Amino acid sequence: MTESFYRRALSFTNARLWKLVHVDVLLMGALLLLIGGGLFILYSASGQNVAMVERQSFRLVIGLLVCVGLAQLPPKYMRRASPALFIFITVLLVGVLLFGVGAKGAQRWLALPGGLRFQPSEIMKIVMPMMIAWYFSDRQLPPNFKHILTVLGLIVLPVLIIAKQPDLGTSLLVAVSGIFVLFLAGLRWRYILGATAVAPIAGYVLWQFMHDYQRQRVLTFLNPESDPLGSGWNIIQSKTAIGSGGLYGKGWLEGTQAQLDFLPESHTDFIIAVLAEEFGMLGCGVLIFAYLLVIARGLYISANAADNYARLLAGSLTLTFFVYMFVNIGMVSGILPVVGVPLPLVSYGGTSIITIMATFGILMSIQTHKRAR
Amino acid sequence: MSRRHQNFRNYRQEQQLTQRRVLASAVFVLLLAVVLMARLFYLQVIEHKLYQTKADDNRVMLVTEPPPRGLIYDRNGVVLADNRPIHSLTVIPERVTDFPQLKQMLSGIIDISDSEWEDFEDRRKEYRRPYQSLTLKSQLTDEEWARVSVDLYKLDGVQVEAQLTRYYPFGEAFAHAIGYVGRITSKDLERVDKEAYQGALFIGKTGVEGFYEKTLFGEAGLSKVEVNARGRIMSELERQNPTPGKDLHLYLDARLQQYAYDLLGDYTGSVVAIDPTTGGILVLVSKPGYNPNLFVRGISVKDYTALRTSKKLPLFNRALRGGYPPASTIKPFMALAGLEYGFASWTERYFAKGYYQINPDGRRYRDWKRTGHGWINLERSIIESVDTYYYQLANKMGITPIHNFLTRFGFGQSNLLDLNGESNGLLPSNEWKKAKYKEPWYPGDSVNVGIGQGFMVATPLQIASATSALASKGHYFYPRMTRLIGEQPVEFESGLGGEHDIVLKDQRNWDRMRDAMRKVITDSHGTARRLQGTDYDIAGKTGTGQVFSLQEDEEYDSEKLAKRLHDHALFIGFAPAQNPKISVFAIFENGGSSSKPADLTRQLFDAYLHDDYPDRYDYLKGKQND
Repeated sequence: MTESFYRRALSFTNARLWKLVHVDVLLMGALLLLIGGGLFILYSASGQNVAMVERQSFRLVIGLLVCVGLAQLPPKYMRRASPALFIFITVLLVGVLLFGVGAKGAQRWLALPGGLRFQPSEIMKIVMPMMIAWYFSDRQLPPNFKHILTVLGLIVLPVLIIAKQPDLGTSLLVAVSGIFVLFLAGLRWRYILGATAVAPIAGYVLWQFMHDYQRQRVLTFLNPESDPLGSGWNIIQSKTAIGSGGLYGKGWLEGTQAQLDFLPESHTDFIIAVLAEEFGMLGCGVLIFAYLLVIARGLYISANAADNYARLLAGSLTLTFFVYMFVNIGMVSGILPVVGVPLPLVSYGGTSIITIMATFGILMSIQTHKRAR
Repeated sequence: MSRRHQNFRNYRQEQQLTQRRVLASAVFVLLLAVVLMARLFYLQVIEHKLYQTKADDNRVMLVTEPPPRGLIYDRNGVVLADNRPIHSLTVIPERVTDFPQLKQMLSGIIDISDSEWEDFEDRRKEYRRPYQSLTLKSQLTDEEWARVSVDLYKLDGVQVEAQLTRYYPFGEAFAHAIGYVGRITSKDLERVDKEAYQGALFIGKTGVEGFYEKTLFGEAGLSKVEVNARGRIMSELERQNPTPGKDLHLYLDARLQQYAYDLLGDYTGSVVAIDPTTGGILVLVSKPGYNPNLFVRGISVKDYTALRTSKKLPLFNRALRGGYPPASTIKPFMALAGLEYGFASWTERYFAKGYYQINPDGRRYRDWKRTGHGWINLERSIIESVDTYYYQLANKMGITPIHNFLTRFGFGQSNLLDLNGESNGLLPSNEWKKAKYKEPWYPGDSVNVGIGQGFMVATPLQIASATSALASKGHYFYPRMTRLIGEQPVEFESGLGGEHDIVLKDQRNWDRMRDAMRKVITDSHGTARRLQGTDYDIAGKTGTGQVFSLQEDEEYDSEKLAKRLHDHALFIGFAPAQNPKISVFAIFENGGSSSKPADLTRQLFDAYLHDDYPDRYDYLKGKQND
C-alpha cells in the first residue's frame, strides 16, 4: 500500500497529486528544461563565472517559489484584486517618476527600506493584462467601440509613464500585453486591419514633424549597422557570433566571439548569440522548441480556462512571453531594432525572472483551480 | 449597458470566439518562430562562411617579429655595423584610455620632451597595425628604466621593450661607405613588404645598409595569435620564427679607411682604394663624413639642419657622386688611347713649348711649365706630365676615339656593383654636346679633354677603378664593396658581368705604361719624385684639377673663395708596380699641390703592404687573417 503510494506520488502522470499542489506538470517540465539549458549557457556566457551562475540559480529558485506560491491563489481572487492592483502600480509608476532611483540615465526603481529596489514597471507587465482581462470579464465579447477606446486609454496611461523613465522596451511590452487581451477578446479583424493600415500613415505624419537629429536617431535605431562603432557594434558582433556558429556550433565554451569578449552583453541581452555560436543552429532550434513547448502549454491552458478573465489573462501572458523571446532573438539576430529586452529565463538578471515566473504561477493557478468536470 | 444585457450574453459563443483567437495566436506564434529559424538558417548556414571569416578576423592577429639584422664586417672581421640591445618606452595607443592623463603621469616619472611627444603623435597617425606598440622614448638609461618599471602597472598601454638597435662603432669615417639605417617612412614601405616591417624599428637607407637591405633584414617572424576584444594576446596559434639577416663581409679595410680619412686632414676630399686582383673596395672615403648613429632612431631636425647647411657638405658622398675633372691623372689613359688608335707611339719625339695652339694664331693652351719641356717622347710626357703633348694628341684624335677608349675603363657610366647613388660623371661625345648645347664639338673641346679638363667629369670611384684596371693590365673589375654574404661569396647579376678584359692591340703597352708611371716617381724630373725611397715600387700619376667654377651642390662663400680657387690636388697610384695589390685614387679639394694626395697614397701603401700604421689604429686591426 505505502509502496504503491510512493510509486504513484513519484509518477508525473499522477495528475491528481500535482493538481493538489496546483502545479501544472507539463508547463513546469518545459520551464525546467528552459531554465536548466539557460544556466548551462550562462556558465559559458559569463566566462565560466560560477558565482554568477549561483546568483542566477538563486533567483530562479525564488522565481519558482513565487510561481508555485501564486499557483495556490485561485484566479477569482486575482480577478477581484485586478483593478486595485492596477491603480496601485500606476501610482507607484508615478512615484518612480518623482522619487525613483536609476542607473544608466534611466529612472526605473523605487528604493525600499533595507537596500532593496523594486521596479513597478515589471509588475505592470502582469497587472496590465489582469486589468484589461478584468475589464472584459463582465462585458460582452467581442468588445464594442466604446470598450475598445476605454481599454486603449487604460493601456496608454501607464505605457506613457514607463516610456518617460525612459524604458522603451518595457513600455512596449506592457502595451503589447494589454493589446493581446484586446485581440483575444475578439477585437474585430477590420479594426486590426484598419490599425495596420493607419500605422504607416501616422508614422509618416510623425516623421514630418521631427527634427533632423530625431530622424537620425530613428534611422540609427532602425538600422544600427549604419553606425558600426556605436550602436551597430553590438549587432555586428552578435551576428558574427551567430553566423560563425554554423549548423552545429563551435562547442561549449569554445565560442571565440563570446569567450574573447567580442560579444558585448553576452550574459544578458545577447546571450542567445553565445548559444548560437557554441551550439549552432541546432542548439538554437532546441531552445526555440523549448520555448514553443512552454507557449503551447500556455495557450492550451488559455483555451481551456474556466472563464473569460482566465482565458484572456492566460493567453495574453503566454503571448507576451513569446514576444519577449521573439523580440530578443529578432534583435540579436538583426531583424529587429535593438531594444533592451532580455531573453526570458535565460538572460542573467533579477526582476524579470521573478515576474516571468509569477506569470507561470498565474497560468498554473488557472489550470489547476478549474472545477473538475 | 453591458450589465443590463448580461443575461443575454452567449457565454458559449464568447468562449468559442476567444478560443479561436487563441488558435489564431498559436498560428502567429508558429509563423514567427519559423521566421526566427529562417533568420538563423540564413546567418548560420547560408552566410556561415562570411561570419566565420569575420569571427576569425576578430580574434586572429598576425604579429610580426623583426629578425636580428645582419652585421657588417670589414675584411678582417672588424664589426662596422653592430646590433645593440636597448630599452625603449613604448605605448600601445589602443590600450590607452586617456592620453592627457597618461602624459601627466609619465611626466612625473621620466623626462619626455615635447618633440618626442610630437614625434609619437605623428607616427600614431601613420599606417600601422592596431595594437602594435609605438616607441615613445628610446634608449632609456638604466635609471629611467628602473623608475618606469616600478610604476608600469599603473600605466595602461605602456611597456618597456627590449629592442635591438643599430650601432656604428666607428662613426663618421665610415658613414659614406656603410651608410645607415633610419626610421621607416611610408615611402620606404612602398618598396618593401609592409607586413614584414611591422615591428621593425628601422630600414637601411644608404650605403651598404641601403643596398643590402633585403639580405641584412632577413625574414620577419610571423606568429598568429588569438587576441581578445581588448587586444590582449590569449594564445599563440602558429609561429614562424624570424630568420636572422645575413652578415656581410666587406672588402673594406677598417684600419686603412680610418687612416685615409684622417690623412685628409682638414681638407674636404675623397680617397678610394681598390684591390686590383678582385675589384674589392678597400677604402671608400668621402670627407667630411657624419655620425651615422644620429639617423638610426630618427635624426632630430636640429642635427639634420646642421648637416644639410654645412658648407662642407658632409652628407654629399664625394666618392660616389663628386664630379671632378680627372686632370692629369687622365694622361696615362689618353696616351694608351693614342697608342691604340695609332695617333701616338713610344718612339716619336715631340717638342714641347710652353703652350699649344690649334691654329698658328689661335688661342694658346698653356702648359703647367711656362718654359716648356723641350724635346720629349710619350714616356716623358707621363713622367713630367706634359700638357702640350696631350693637347696635340687629343686634337689629333678628336673626341670619338677618346670617348670610345675611356668608356672601356668605366668613365661616363656607373660601375659600382653594390652601392646605390653613384653618379655617371661625364665622358663627353659629339652626340652629347649636340644634345646638350645644340652645338658641334670643337677641336678646342678635345684639347681641354686631353688633360682631363673641359667637359670631362669623373667620380673618385671611376678614376680609382680605371687605375685599378691599369694596375691589372686591363683586367677591369666593376668595383664592389661586399666579399661574402654569410659564408657565401657574393654573386652579382650576370648582366653586369662583374669584370671584363680590356685588350689592347699591343698588350705590351700595359707594361710600358706601368714603367712610365713608375718613372713618375723614380725619374729625377718625375712629378711625384717625392715618393722615392720605398722598398716596393710605386707607379703613379699626379694631377692638379683647375677649379673653373663652383661644383654642383656647392654654395658661394666669399671667405673661402681664395682657398676654393686653389686647384684640386689629385693622385693615382698602385703598388707594388710589378704585382699590384692596391690601387689608390686620392683627391684633396683645393689642395693646391699634388704632393698632398701623393703623400697620402704612399702612407696608405706603407700601411697596407707593410702593416705600417701608427699605433693608434690598432683598435681597428681585427684578425688580420688575410
